[in-house]
Amino acid sequence: MANISIIPSGDFKTSYGTDTTIFPTRTSRNFAILGVVLLLACPAFMDRYWLSLLIQISYLGIAALGLNILVGFTGQISIGHSAFFGFGAFASAWLNNSLGVPVALAIPLAGVVTTMVGLLFGMPAARLKGLYLAIATLAAQYILQDFFARADWFTGGTAGTIAEPLTIFGFAFDTDERYFYVALVAMVVMYILATNLMRTRDGRALVAVRDHYLSAEIMGINLTKYRTMSFGISAFYAGIGGALYAHYLQFVSVEGFTILFSIQFLGMIIIGGLGSIMGTLMGTAFMVFLPEAMQALTKLVSGTAIDTALNLKDNIAFLREMSIGLVIILFLVFEPDGLAHRWKQIKAYWKLYPFSH
Amino acid sequence: MTLLFQLLVNGLIVGALYGVVAMSFVLIYKASRIVNFAQGEFLLIGAWTCWWLLTSWQLPFWIGFPITLVFMLAFGVILQIVVLRPMIGEPIISVIMVTIGLSIVFQAAMKWMFGVFAKPFPPIFASPTMNLFGLEVQTVYVMSLLISILIMAGFGWFFKYSRTGLAMRATAFDQQVAQSLGISVRHMFAMSWAISAMVSAVAGVTVGVVNGVSSALSFFGIKVFPAVILGGLDSVIGAVVGGLIVGVLENMAHYLDSQWLNWGNMYEIAPFYVLIAILMIKPYGLFGTKDIERV
Repeated sequence: MANISIIPSGDFKTSYGTDTTIFPTRTSRNFAILGVVLLLACPAFMDRYWLSLLIQISYLGIAALGLNILVGFTGQISIGHSAFFGFGAFASAWLNNSLGVPVALAIPLAGVVTTMVGLLFGMPAARLKGLYLAIATLAAQYILQDFFARADWFTGGTAGTIAEPLTIFGFAFDTDERYFYVALVAMVVMYILATNLMRTRDGRALVAVRDHYLSAEIMGINLTKYRTMSFGISAFYAGIGGALYAHYLQFVSVEGFTILFSIQFLGMIIIGGLGSIMGTLMGTAFMVFLPEAMQALTKLVSGTAIDTALNLKDNIAFLREMSIGLVIILFLVFEPDGLAHRWKQIKAYWKLYPFSH
Repeated sequence: MTLLFQLLVNGLIVGALYGVVAMSFVLIYKASRIVNFAQGEFLLIGAWTCWWLLTSWQLPFWIGFPITLVFMLAFGVILQIVVLRPMIGEPIISVIMVTIGLSIVFQAAMKWMFGVFAKPFPPIFASPTMNLFGLEVQTVYVMSLLISILIMAGFGWFFKYSRTGLAMRATAFDQQVAQSLGISVRHMFAMSWAISAMVSAVAGVTVGVVNGVSSALSFFGIKVFPAVILGGLDSVIGAVVGGLIVGVLENMAHYLDSQWLNWGNMYEIAPFYVLIAILMIKPYGLFGTKDIERV
């Protein structure tokens, strides 16, 4: 296995270590490192707009990863993810504004607080599965949304709340160029954490719970523990993502965390691929670029007959909303394994090109 | 005290409508084991279709309404065949997500076509309010209560005596056995969606006549969940009882709120607290089958 860049035919894995390795070959690891290095150089040549999109991808990607751990790896459904995302945002801002916790500390703390709230609503998760949990999280979505609108001390009520920018040793990360590094580092760390989680006993237990809960239980996996744990982890990731969002925009309004946003999170992981960590990132990128693509599409047809017939200019919001739903349905019907699967196929095709058979 | 009584009556009337929607939700769940998150959009589409026929085409209500029903029947069948049939055998997450996706698409499409603001129905009854036991009640409410009871009775008859209804129950009970008895399971699935869409549309038109048609109608589809969980996910009677309880409950919560608590918004949120409580205590509901594996 030493100095080769592609895996030879036949299975050469002789130990568990090689089976659970993150990068199967040295080349793939080098490419991943190269990718991160290239991203580090982004602020040098990218304009504000693209940077803000990339920052969006990183904080949404963190939250979506949490949801994928819950839905894709453990097989539980949550329709209230944006409420936890929002809770993380408010919690971080509140910890900083009211208790004077420095932002660098408030972000991870917000994750912990959100985990607590998640576990509170996740208590049904310990007892219920599938569909019933989906309905319980739906209730959580509405209850938390109502709480945001009501709790003036925590969220600033309808006025919203201001979140201070992240400052480390007097250096404020208050512009897109600076914040980009914060978001990137946070994203890389959270993704590596999740990848490693899935290589441990706990991670494999989660997958076992998803694949066949009865067998898992017989093999000595504590279902209640792992279901609750998975819910907690997902809330933690949502909280961190939300906190990063709060300190990026430096303002959190109570209105953003609707059920549509929750569904967008679900869309991200379905498009990316349930149970795929890199897929989550691809799906998030897809979901972030989708509205932009719709915008571009509208611009493209503006002035033509289609534009006047549908009155696209005023209805772009609905077009975006519809595209989210449509993309989810189309992916479920035609590509249920998501972009991660498609990516694997593309790689497999090029690996032996032009002799693919 | 009059206020309390008025709210109780309101609760029963709204609850009956919840019951009707919940029933059509349970119908789909029982027949095809699909949790339909797009139930509220059936109300929305039905109401907008009827509104459009009545205002744009100036049709009288007694023509426009049946056309709406026929349209919804076809709509339900087509939806089942085109979108839901390929999903048979897929994991539960995928099926749920498809219905969620549908609900988004429909909601956005309706907003696109008809705008975001509530639009009033043309008046249908000669006198808008009538006197009932000394209470001032809107005629539409009384009619909606009557319609609800009629639909419920119709459901009862349909499932107990009609051939199709019996076939549907057989399908819900065991698909393989039903198939071996010569029942077309595909037809039954399509039929359940058609009936569900049609009945939801009746509820949608009724609510639309009272409050005007707007995308707020689709919130009925969300309110259905407390009702069906309370009643038991696979029980038609449970759906009716659950709907009535939720209807009365939210009005009572509103009363408590307006009189003493002043928290605001309890009307919307109270059912969800109840939902969480039920899921913790009695997840199979009042009338549901107790076959949920609890861990």
